[in-house]
Amino acid sequence: MTITAGTDAGLVAVARRIADEVAAPNAAEVDKEARFPAETVAALREERLLSALVPVELGGAGASLETIAQVCFELGRRCGASGMVFAMHQIQVACMVDHRGAGAPWFDDYLREVVAEQRLIASITSEVGTGGDMGKSVAAVSEPDAEGRATFEKQAPTVSYGPHADAFLTTVRRAPDAEPGDQVAVLTRREQMEMEPQGTWDPLGMRGTCSPGFVAKAAFAVEQILPVPFSTISAETMTPVSHILWSHVWLGIATDAFDRARAFVKAAAKRKPGEPLPAAIRLSELMSELSLLRAEVGLALREYCDLHAGDRAKLAEMATILRFNNLKIAASEQAPKVCQEALGVCGIVGYKNDTPFSVGRHLRDAMSARLMVANERIHATDASLLLIAKEV
Amino acid sequence: MDEMNDQIRRVIREHGHLSVDIDSLADDADLYQAGMASHASVNVMIALEDAFDVEFLDSMLKRSVFESVDSIAQALTEVGVEA
Repeated sequence: MTITAGTDAGLVAVARRIADEVAAPNAAEVDKEARFPAETVAALREERLLSALVPVELGGAGASLETIAQVCFELGRRCGASGMVFAMHQIQVACMVDHRGAGAPWFDDYLREVVAEQRLIASITSEVGTGGDMGKSVAAVSEPDAEGRATFEKQAPTVSYGPHADAFLTTVRRAPDAEPGDQVAVLTRREQMEMEPQGTWDPLGMRGTCSPGFVAKAAFAVEQILPVPFSTISAETMTPVSHILWSHVWLGIATDAFDRARAFVKAAAKRKPGEPLPAAIRLSELMSELSLLRAEVGLALREYCDLHAGDRAKLAEMATILRFNNLKIAASEQAPKVCQEALGVCGIVGYKNDTPFSVGRHLRDAMSARLMVANERIHATDASLLLIAKEV
Repeated sequence: MDEMNDQIRRVIREHGHLSVDIDSLADDADLYQAGMASHASVNVMIALEDAFDVEFLDSMLKRSVFESVDSIAQALTEVGVEA
């Protein structure tokens, strides 16, 4: 990825318009009906934002990660599910851009296709039987046949926007006899797959991400396997970029909850000018909670961009892994806290789902954060790394 | 060098939780492909620091440095263990 170019104000302005004019008016319905935010994704396609991260030489906008993070924030403010779908798609694109390797024409061609056709890419990383550990797989790439074609079959408990994606980046063991941690990532087109839905999708929040389970079967050419081990893709790109983009979505959700609380307090102050307003004090307290979240999210983005542009080898070090794990834990706990305290400011009109000050959707969406790779699992990893890392 | 590699192998045998016998692996064989999980690799690192009475630098604490007996031996040499 190009990630040091700073923020592309033009792209962010386009994203803000889509967020305000398309995502916002549909957000309540997307949430209520647990339906895919199709209008928002159509608008992102029309403005060619799905290929924003693709390098210029492959026809993309060559946008910086800062720009993409800002777009996640803008979408997240208006519709958490829209922001999360965009974030997850960009994570898959980032993995391909960073790890397609020199002389891997299949991925160069596919990224050109992402530009031309504005393909939406999902991931199939979680799997039944791994205890939630993304670093392990049960499913494996079959022994390739004489034409270099292989297959896999994977049972995924959730595939975000699985029913709506054009392609899938799936983690599987490298070979039938490979160890659970010896993984690769395969990009397959929907037409190369059989996706058998498992169960329903009626969750507490992030309802528009439409993420039921699937049994995914695929038949593909071996060129569609990214040419580096998944452990490298995960350490250098997928894990830190996920934590950064997710946390920008959560920051967007929390920021809108704060803005609604602020609007509530201003309206109350106008009604009774000069009278003491306990909610105003709570709002001030809420601002300091939001600023903690904003600081952590912004700093982590800058640190990652510096490492990615400079000393990329450092991304694989345990101290760095700890740092971006900590971002995820901190942001996923702080965002729902901000939403909950915004509810405390707004009171009953925040609790009701149909007022300008409603923050129920924000709170429910933000509560998904701690489950997206369970914080308990990340704490267990960090506890182990802390035993050996030196400066953290 | 042999003595150092023997001791590395003892540590891996005790803490690496490989799915195969470490004696069946060459010095350059990939330990992760032989079933060493991330959590086990941390225990290997801690046990190596203890066994050789050294501390690895943060720049060494990454997956690739602990992927084989050879790469571990090289890291130990870098922190001053005499081969």
